[in-house]
Amino acid sequence: MSEYTEHDKNGVSVGLVEKKTFTFAHPPDRMELESGASLGPVTIAYETYGTLNADKSNVVLVAHALTGDSHAAGYYREDDPKPGWWDIMIGPGKGIDTNRYFVICSNVIGGCMGSTGPCSINPATGRPYGISFPVITIGDMVKAQKALMDHLGIERLLSVVGGSMGGMQVLEWSVRYPDMVASAIPLATTTRHSALAIAFNEVARQAIMSDPNWNKGDYYGGKTPDLGLAVARMIGHITYLSDEAMKQKFGRRLQDKSSFSYDFGVDFQVESYLRHQGASFVERFDANSFLYITKAADYFDLEEQHGGGSAVGAFSKASARFLVVSFTSDWLYPTYQSKAMVTAMKKNGLAVSFCEIDADFGHDAFLVPNRRLTELIRGFLKSVSAKL
Amino acid sequence: MRFDLAIIASWVEPGAKVLGLGCGEGELLHFLKTHKQIYETGIEIVESKVAKCIEKGINVVQGDLNREMEDYPDNAFDYVILSQTLQQVYEPEHVINSMLRVGKRGIVSFPNFGYWKVRAQILFSGRAPITEQLPYQWYNTPNIRVLSIRDFREFATNMEIRIIKEAATSPGRTPYTGTVIRFAPNLFATYGIFLLEKEISSA
Repeated sequence: MSEYTEHDKNGVSVGLVEKKTFTFAHPPDRMELESGASLGPVTIAYETYGTLNADKSNVVLVAHALTGDSHAAGYYREDDPKPGWWDIMIGPGKGIDTNRYFVICSNVIGGCMGSTGPCSINPATGRPYGISFPVITIGDMVKAQKALMDHLGIERLLSVVGGSMGGMQVLEWSVRYPDMVASAIPLATTTRHSALAIAFNEVARQAIMSDPNWNKGDYYGGKTPDLGLAVARMIGHITYLSDEAMKQKFGRRLQDKSSFSYDFGVDFQVESYLRHQGASFVERFDANSFLYITKAADYFDLEEQHGGGSAVGAFSKASARFLVVSFTSDWLYPTYQSKAMVTAMKKNGLAVSFCEIDADFGHDAFLVPNRRLTELIRGFLKSVSAKL
Repeated sequence: MRFDLAIIASWVEPGAKVLGLGCGEGELLHFLKTHKQIYETGIEIVESKVAKCIEKGINVVQGDLNREMEDYPDNAFDYVILSQTLQQVYEPEHVINSMLRVGKRGIVSFPNFGYWKVRAQILFSGRAPITEQLPYQWYNTPNIRVLSIRDFREFATNMEIRIIKEAATSPGRTPYTGTVIRFAPNLFATYGIFLLEKEISSA
């Protein structure tokens, strides 16, 4: 996911928010992981917006995408230059209305924004885990979120919402903990990565691992693999946009010049944009986390892990009401992948709505202001909460 | 509620599972959901209409009705409704067979091309008819199937489909009023509405 966050045009916001943490799997306990390895202790960074009602029936869990974090809405400080990554959707009167719902968003494990990940200190060695951190899966991320829900005393989620890798977590929630999930909104997502999606992730990982500063993941306290991570980010960015979006945004326009420079500096605006995205990303993201999280997304296969290879089998475990949304110009997780999950849901007699939103913005369309998406989510949540 | 939709709604039992084909903005499904507590599903191809349904809290899948019906198991619904769309589909036989596969009963409604004003226009002007119910020119009409109430009855017999109920209507002053035509419906009614069942299941 990219960053598009800007201040709400109408100044509507959840206001000041605070990142909290919860730690579980203290010794001698360990969190068992899907790979067979275990991890402990495990810290989850999370934020909440809105008010939990008396019978705890208004909880909406938001799952973030690849490079997101727990900071989905609001501001940390009065003078924060920008709000959380989905501030356009979450807030008073917004699509996910914090006057009605209690919204929770947590950082995935393996991440680098407060939850336990490869840059956390391994208590056994007193040094950062690096690549001794166990490989985690989408299932593990969801299992950790479930531990957080238990801690908060929440037994049922009105809805789980998320786009891209957040959508994978939504799907995982719906089949792993069906009794907890009243409704689910997977956006611009897939039940399993295509070879195309894995290929882009692999190129991005190779960019990081071939940076000499990567040093087999052991770079904390020294020079960091910024070049590799920046290139990885650039690759990601290309897949999040679309031909049309790039044509509109950049075309073949040149950056601060009127003719070619005939060297390998920046000529085109698109080059300048990608370099900027890469450079700003390295300031906030850990290269090892990027490796772990992209691998988790590549390993995700709802059909294999929950349905013995069949999507129908996987969704036979679900009981939630679904709203599936895809975007016409998303070539990373194209509409056919959303339609395949809708088919499997229909075959299981699940209540499902599906809409393919006409949008030029590519995969990232769910992150940019889109009135249609906002109204879909608003209407869907309203009807789900009316039923409870 | 539009007059023809009110008749369709009166045929559906409370609590039924209903599939609405080409459900538009979900007016009928929403009515049935609020007044008859049905379990609704709609299929609609136009994105903006799909969005309107979802905003109303209607379960709807965006897509082509033939393609989308394939996913449902046999008898997944109590009623499958095709309102004012039969005259616009390419393969009416296939659609109706699918309807009666995924649904125990089907409801179809269509404009009656046997209506006297339609006949009179062809007879006296020698041109393709244009009426309030069929307001299109020959070159821009979505109505590619020209059928009358009598045609449909014959079609049902040939397809071994039992007609459980039928209503022929003509419009009132507003879309919300109308008259049920009992005398010579194929001549005096503008719309035909049929409740259908497979012959086998009624035997």
